[in-house]
Amino acid sequence: MTMYGGLQIGLYIAVLLGLVQPLGGYMARVYEGRSAVNRWLAPVERLIYRCSRVNPNQEMRWTHYALVVLWFNLFGALAVFTLQRLQVLLPLNPQHLPGVSADSSFNTAISYVSNTNWQGYGGETTMSYFTQMLGLAVQNFLSAATGIAVVIALIRGFARHAEETIGNFWVDMTRTTLYVLLPLSTVLALGLVSQGVIQNFTAYKTVPLLQPVSYEQPKADGGKPVTDAAGNPLSEAVTIPEQTLPMGPVASQEAIKELGTNGGGFFNANSAHPFENPTPLSNFLEMLAILLIPAALCYTFGHMVGDTRQGWAVLAAMTFIFIVMAVAAVYFEQQGNPAFAALGVDQNASALQSGGNMEGKETRFGVVHSALFATITTAASCGAVNAMHDSFTPLGGLVPMWLMQLGEVVFGGVGSGLYGMLVFAIIAVFIAGLMIGRTPEYLGKKLEIYEMKMASVVILVTPLLVLAGTAVAVMLVAGRAGISNPGAHGFSEVLYAWSSAANNNGSAFAGLSANTPFYNSLLGSAMWFGRFGVIVAVLAIAGSLVIKKRAPGGAGSLPTHGPLFVVLLVSTVLLVGALTYVPALALGPVVEHLLMIAGK
Amino acid sequence: MWNDIKPAFFMLIIWTVITGIVYPLAVTGIAQAIFPSRANGSLIVVNGKAAGSALIGQHFIDPKYFWGRPSATAPMPYNAGASSGSNLGPTNPALIEAVATRIKTLREADPDQRNPVPIDLVTASGSGLDPHISPAAAEYQINRVAEARKLNPESVRKLVARHTEGRQLGLFGELRVNVLELNLALDGLR
Repeated sequence: MTMYGGLQIGLYIAVLLGLVQPLGGYMARVYEGRSAVNRWLAPVERLIYRCSRVNPNQEMRWTHYALVVLWFNLFGALAVFTLQRLQVLLPLNPQHLPGVSADSSFNTAISYVSNTNWQGYGGETTMSYFTQMLGLAVQNFLSAATGIAVVIALIRGFARHAEETIGNFWVDMTRTTLYVLLPLSTVLALGLVSQGVIQNFTAYKTVPLLQPVSYEQPKADGGKPVTDAAGNPLSEAVTIPEQTLPMGPVASQEAIKELGTNGGGFFNANSAHPFENPTPLSNFLEMLAILLIPAALCYTFGHMVGDTRQGWAVLAAMTFIFIVMAVAAVYFEQQGNPAFAALGVDQNASALQSGGNMEGKETRFGVVHSALFATITTAASCGAVNAMHDSFTPLGGLVPMWLMQLGEVVFGGVGSGLYGMLVFAIIAVFIAGLMIGRTPEYLGKKLEIYEMKMASVVILVTPLLVLAGTAVAVMLVAGRAGISNPGAHGFSEVLYAWSSAANNNGSAFAGLSANTPFYNSLLGSAMWFGRFGVIVAVLAIAGSLVIKKRAPGGAGSLPTHGPLFVVLLVSTVLLVGALTYVPALALGPVVEHLLMIAGK
Repeated sequence: MWNDIKPAFFMLIIWTVITGIVYPLAVTGIAQAIFPSRANGSLIVVNGKAAGSALIGQHFIDPKYFWGRPSATAPMPYNAGASSGSNLGPTNPALIEAVATRIKTLREADPDQRNPVPIDLVTASGSGLDPHISPAAAEYQINRVAEARKLNPESVRKLVARHTEGRQLGLFGELRVNVLELNLALDGLR
């Protein structure tokens, strides 16, 4: 790896970790109602509760909490579905884009409420400004707030003793959006506009081309292709003197897309598009925004359970796995493609070029900022991309795929990453307990059969969806029809799609044509169960823990704030991830890598 | 149950208004006031008329212009109305063939240029709209452009240097040359 590559990874980690304590502490105070903003904006908060018939002082048991989460997200999905179907009748549609198909609308609706933001469609050719703003961007906020609310409820399960309730979802969700997401998004959006991200409501603009473009297009007569005497389709030369520039309120949506680890781009090319991500600095800000809240929540967790060392230990485990993965991704992309070297292409990094595998990457980002972005977006369940993962080298593409398959717990999505990692912590403590023959406990709570059952559900739901779904898709004609690349890479495309959907990431090996009724309906269902199957089990754990009394730690209990625990936690995550996915990965990226270096 | 459905419905309405209408309108208002040019697409204005966007690349195949990254958008390259990468995998024969064809085209346009071809000049960008090439890719084309325009290569090289952006803040990103701006400047040289 180049010196510059190491420097960028180091700089990124340093800035990120520097922001953990200030933001994490602020969030803890916000949820405890002790922050200054709680007082300043108290009238707004009270007005929101009054208008929505919510009693903010009503505490909820876990079953109640889970129920309102489901109602709220069900209504959200219905709203996004309806807006897409009816957008042609609604305002702010200067391009007169038609209503979206039923299966695509279903997929996109679930995709956005589940914080996945998988894009089966191309934004600039499908969605009106109205749909983007009132449907998609709203769920960017609300799905993020849902994830954070659920982890706060789980933290209360640890922090409270001998109680029955885990908080009020409406209060947690409202405080998250009002005090955390909205202020951060506004600042970030303006920062992005300063770099050139667009923010307007005008119709698409037309500008002249300095050199007009000529191309061949199939000749058509009234919609029917024209053929010659032998039946071959004829084509005609077309010359275009102009370029159409898409417009729209991009920056406001871009900011929450990263901060809420949503990842659904305004445009088809997502953060590779110059209007979404115009400069290396905008790229750095976007990368920072993706992991900012997931990292800070670790500190919030430590603070709320009364021992910040517990939070730092979890954060250390995440950071360790992240650094290893980032270095691997940058290294393999910098190696380039051996097939090009034979053709007389210069892929070496030098003072004049970034070199490496540049297919699907932007010049301003080069290999380092592209591979780092890919690692960040899949460590988090964000799924924004600034380079096309489908064109990564086999092992460079294995990194993002495996990060998703680990269950999105290396930082992970906002809220969802930490609750996933805390479930892994429960499993790690359980394994340690088995080794020394003691009842396992974590943060003073005895872990018993019920918690372990629910933790197993969390760990097993997504691999089941990914592996069974991939197997079914490659066995059926409708599943194989979407594959665009031949050989092992085609299998990787399908495996990546299911990993992304079930783990609520949303990035893709985008060569896969997934905007079909088959993929739209199956991946849509995988996103729903991958999200809410896990959330219900996590809330069940919270509900079971909150009832328990604090068990005083003895000489035989494992301290969960030291290096030993960090190693145990990292090993548990990697072991579960490796045991589950090595066979599938061997069939995809590993085989492709071996073929590539053998020159086949 | 009704007591849970009511708040779910009203909360969605309230937050749709706040995050879906108030927030983007507020950001638009501030952005249009502070950064009007950038918020509207960073258009390059020549003689009072828009001549493209500084952020969106255009397609060049004339030897007298610097060429940008290959673009995989459909139906024509650099179609800003439908951004897209090629999504070709690293071992896909179609990718290897496409790169070989691009190398051949470059060699035919400038038979005297025998150096290895910089990678970014023969691989499609992620957006299909990449406005930049690496300084190496610009250097590779200087002789061809100078010859086609009957200019001294040194004066073209100076122009390229003037349009080369360094790492942002000295820290972030790669060195790059904005192709459209460079070509507009070349046309202004005549």
